[in-house]
Amino acid sequence: MNYQYNIGCSLSNLKGVRDFIRQSLKGQDMSDVEVSAIVLAIDEMCSNLMIHAHHCNPDHILELAVTTHSDQIVFEIVDSSSVFDINQFSTPGLDNLVNEKRKGGLGIRLVKSIMDAVEYFSRDGKSVCRLIKNVH
Amino acid sequence: MVHIKRLQEEGADIIAVVGEIDASSSIELDLAIAKSVGEGFTKILVDCTALEYISSAGLGVFMSYIEEFKDKGVQMVLFGLKEKVENTFSILGLAELLHIRPTKQEAKQLLNELSV
Repeated sequence: MNYQYNIGCSLSNLKGVRDFIRQSLKGQDMSDVEVSAIVLAIDEMCSNLMIHAHHCNPDHILELAVTTHSDQIVFEIVDSSSVFDINQFSTPGLDNLVNEKRKGGLGIRLVKSIMDAVEYFSRDGKSVCRLIKNVH
Repeated sequence: MVHIKRLQEEGADIIAVVGEIDASSSIELDLAIAKSVGEGFTKILVDCTALEYISSAGLGVFMSYIEEFKDKGVQMVLFGLKEKVENTFSILGLAELLHIRPTKQEAKQLLNELSV
């Protein structure tokens, strides 16, 4: 199955992202906790892109796609920014975050913990962030 | 998206978080905690029984107060987390850095023990 959803880069649209992902995963044999973790990972990626790549400009669009296979679920977030590759960011230690009283930096840890793979590439002049979750 | 209520019980400030905390609403949680500390409370309970979702932005708010609370002698205990919410804390190992209890009664008990 394939599901698609386009949104403007406003943080107020994150609820719509979460609703879309929950809806897309409805037919999956997954627990509430598993679905919530995936919803969280996509929310984190979208909010990172909205804030850091698009400066929360609601006219900039993120194209979300969810494709479900028997053994994995593939999520794509397509936009026109330069590639925002979280693999290039080091994951800050919790101690550092506490000592520096930082409110950010946890999202990348979450995405990497929840998803089985995070890939980046260009397609038709756009940036694609692909997140893969294996299912059993 | 998120609704935050505060009430006081036995010298503790109870911050009840209702709904979802994400990057757009985490400021509400931040303001509520800051207000509680600003008013001089040293015992804070965070009621999460109606918290349906929390993203890293919300977790980051709790994290950012850990050092300040140590300096000021403020104790904070969270309670009533749904399994899906608690899982988010666990993925990051935050359950070890924050005080979390299943029920309000247990949270109050811990708060009193920590405040001695």
